Amino acid sequence: MSPVKNMKVRNFHQAKWDEPIIFELGNKGERGILLPEIEKEIEAVVGDGVSKIPKHMNREQAPFLPEISQMQVLKHYLRLSQETLGADLNVDIGQGTCTMKYSPKINEIFATSPKITELHPSQPISTVQGILEIFYKTDLFLREISGLDQFTLQPASGSQAILTMSSIIKAFHDYNGENTQRDEIITTIFSHPSDAAAPAVQGYKIIDIYPNQEGLPDIEALKEAISDRTAGLLITNPEDTGIYNPHIKEFTDMIHEVGGLCGYDQANANGILGIARAKEAGFDMCFFNLHKTFSSPHGCGGPSAGALGVKKELIKFLPVPLVCYNGSEYYFDYKVSHTIGKVRSYYGVVPAVIKAYSWIMSLGKEGLEEVSRIAVLNNNYLLKKVLEIKGTSAPYAKGHHRIEQVRYSWNKLTEETGITTEDITNRMVDFGFHMWSSHHPFIVPQPFTLEPTESYSKAEIDEYIAGLTKVAEEAYSNPEIVKNAPHRSVVHKLITDSLDDPDKWAITWRSYLKKWKNDRI
Amino acid sequence: MNTKKTLIHPYIPNSVPEIKGKMMQEIGVDDIDELYEDIPDFLRFKGRMNLPDPLLSEYDLKRHVNELLSKNTTCQESISFLGGGCWQHYVPAICDEINQRSEFLTAYAGEPYEDHGRFHALFEYASMMGELLEMDVVNVPTYDWGQAASTAIHMATRITDRTEILVSETISPDRLLIIQNYCNPLLKIKIMKTDYETGKIDLGDLEDSISNETAGVYFENPSYLGCIEDQGSKISSISHDNDALCIVGADPLSLGVLTPPSNYGTDIVCGDIQGLGMHMQYGGGHAGFIATHDEEKIVMEYPSRLFGIIPTVVKGEYGFGDVTYDRTSFSKREKGKEFIGTAAALWGITAGVYLALLGPQGMQDLGKLILQKSQYAMKRLSTIDEIDILFNQTAHFKEFVVDFNKTPKKVSKINELLVKKKIFGGKDLSKEFPNLRESALFCVTEVHKKEDIDKLILGLEEILN
Repeated sequence: MSPVKNMKVRNFHQAKWDEPIIFELGNKGERGILLPEIEKEIEAVVGDGVSKIPKHMNREQAPFLPEISQMQVLKHYLRLSQETLGADLNVDIGQGTCTMKYSPKINEIFATSPKITELHPSQPISTVQGILEIFYKTDLFLREISGLDQFTLQPASGSQAILTMSSIIKAFHDYNGENTQRDEIITTIFSHPSDAAAPAVQGYKIIDIYPNQEGLPDIEALKEAISDRTAGLLITNPEDTGIYNPHIKEFTDMIHEVGGLCGYDQANANGILGIARAKEAGFDMCFFNLHKTFSSPHGCGGPSAGALGVKKELIKFLPVPLVCYNGSEYYFDYKVSHTIGKVRSYYGVVPAVIKAYSWIMSLGKEGLEEVSRIAVLNNNYLLKKVLEIKGTSAPYAKGHHRIEQVRYSWNKLTEETGITTEDITNRMVDFGFHMWSSHHPFIVPQPFTLEPTESYSKAEIDEYIAGLTKVAEEAYSNPEIVKNAPHRSVVHKLITDSLDDPDKWAITWRSYLKKWKNDRI
Repeated sequence: MNTKKTLIHPYIPNSVPEIKGKMMQEIGVDDIDELYEDIPDFLRFKGRMNLPDPLLSEYDLKRHVNELLSKNTTCQESISFLGGGCWQHYVPAICDEINQRSEFLTAYAGEPYEDHGRFHALFEYASMMGELLEMDVVNVPTYDWGQAASTAIHMATRITDRTEILVSETISPDRLLIIQNYCNPLLKIKIMKTDYETGKIDLGDLEDSISNETAGVYFENPSYLGCIEDQGSKISSISHDNDALCIVGADPLSLGVLTPPSNYGTDIVCGDIQGLGMHMQYGGGHAGFIATHDEEKIVMEYPSRLFGIIPTVVKGEYGFGDVTYDRTSFSKREKGKEFIGTAAALWGITAGVYLALLGPQGMQDLGKLILQKSQYAMKRLSTIDEIDILFNQTAHFKEFVVDFNKTPKKVSKINELLVKKKIFGGKDLSKEFPNLRESALFCVTEVHKKEDIDKLILGLEEILN
């Protein structure tokens, strides 16, 4: 009997506090925190301060905020935190594409040091040499990892890095006097939705390349798509399927031949650190999500960071400022001749940068390579085991190994039992797991995407497989228990109709009171 | 990973040779390299990444990073009067306690079951912001004020089906750069003039500039230069008379004492929540909010996640979910509204904690305290002969412009001399607002004690005399 078969799922139950909405807590007059008293001498000089404001600008009615004592505020939020299944607690390999890995605690200590938190971004350069050194060196590290020539750490996320790439593509064609004709961006349907959506904000027409039978972006479709209207290509590799596109250099060459630029979405580069780089694949730009490959935690959906690198020829378009070093001092360079301006305030998401820097420093060259090699080993081990589960499949590239993740399908199971990916997702919760379906559109039917990264031990991967196995068995033997799941989570089956009904949706408590309780109208 | 001896990195459990061997055996490979067979040889990186030797022990890493951090001098070690987009406010201990909780810190994109707490906390954040702003719809935070303003502008253009936006001259220049890039090339940004006597919007210029092509009028209150814009009702009337929307960038910390923009006819309010419980973090603590009334045609134009409260099959149990998910690029890619992805959710949760702690009285106290302290600083500064306070007749909140043009010394020089006295002076405006020449934007908040302000006065007197 293999160890996986011996592995049991947990007798799990998530914390359930049945916690009220914060407006239902506290009492009039309770205080969560007090502010300093105004000094008598100041009051003597300026009075109450408020009477200086024109009367009609005074707030007449205090905001209807809760009034709660401090410990009760703490308790409320601690309970809500317990009702959230963080990656520190679960075997978070079910959120494929997102590179859920260990975010080292020591790096939190750095990022929350007053030596960082109490810095104002407009302080004199001489007082921020430490943080600028971290910015500068992180740029140098990422140059080594990508082969590109200069990074900006300004974009606040992968999506914002994509927008920045789109802006640079536009600036490049403006510079060459070609913008009027170049109005198309090519991407692939298995690249992140923002690879299509962000350039569309800037007016680009989007062409999506679909996969061929092997699951690779169809090179014939690309040939048809490219023309003198092509502004650029924004593409992931490996895509969400975990299949590395061996023709990627042909793709970038073809785009270059018609005068376009190539941007590489490396939000997730976890399988190929030190193995394959943007430069050799012919990319002009790439970005890394520091909250994915480079270990900064995901924070319930940010703060995040998308570090964007470019080839020498494109440095002149980068957002300002760049962090530079003159041999004795780190400084900001605002003289970027054709800069696109700015995409985010100041210099970037500082805590994410510090964590990425520290993570790279703790691993070094061999460590980064080991990260990728083990992430890929874990993934292929998981692939083998998942395919042993009844009802699963891994569309495309049969018999090939995958890089860091795989997009699987429950389609067979759905056909045989009626149980869908969504049902299984909800049932996995009962065993302390999270499982994500996939980005829309669901090209792979009943999809689920797993990515075990380097962080999870074999025993943890085996436990996750035991969870999937258990739920798949239930789908065949006791589908009702899966259909009505979750049973041991924070809340029971949601009634979701009102989320799309303008008369019923309630995005704030005040709106809920009006629409559902006929109150405060 | 280490050829000299078997060294297992603490972040990579399956590096243990025995485990690695078992897993390789299971998948039938002799070498991990075989797993990369699909990457053609010519694309394999043959060089060597030139990275520093790793600091494998946590202790060595800590020594190294702390050494770097020690090169920074903080606003706790000096007195700072810097603002202009990032502000020093007091952060209650519980804000840090909550945003450092493992569950919130490391969760990502779970479903509203296992991540119920994440949805709940962000719904409460939106709800408390809604009370502060007197608006019924507030988004899950975006990156920062710049993005929030950019999106508010795009929303206005979609709602009105027009492409031109009027933006006040006294907006943060950095924010304007963000907006311009985001709106390029589809939208036209026109600058409307400021009355440099008052620091407020030149209504005559607004009337002249607005047209049937104007989708929206965007201004900030208080303005980047600290002036309270008290013509909001007129501005929104002019906007609405021209079928344009009124968009206001507001400082949420002012709203305990200032009337919320919704009360003077604003259609979309946006801004930054950094001051609501986030440390400055060298500009790393920003997150943007967007708020509107609950009208379907407006709600449907948000690109953001919007979390709504819903029932479950158990009576009385609160659940949450995504309101009109099909609007988003997650659902519709380029056919969705703008784009959505990871942004700054943890700061939203934190801002909720902050608002819950302060409550109605705390927000009023805070606003009043900031007014008193900044007014005291302005008053004391105006006693120095060589300097003037600009727009002195206009009410200010938190920030104000100090005019140094009467002195032969440049702001940069004055600030350099202040640093020696452990004071970070106001932000030099000479490049951002060349028309103000040698001026600086000073910021005074609840963190400044009388003695801090007095030290600034003394320091400036010594430097200028």
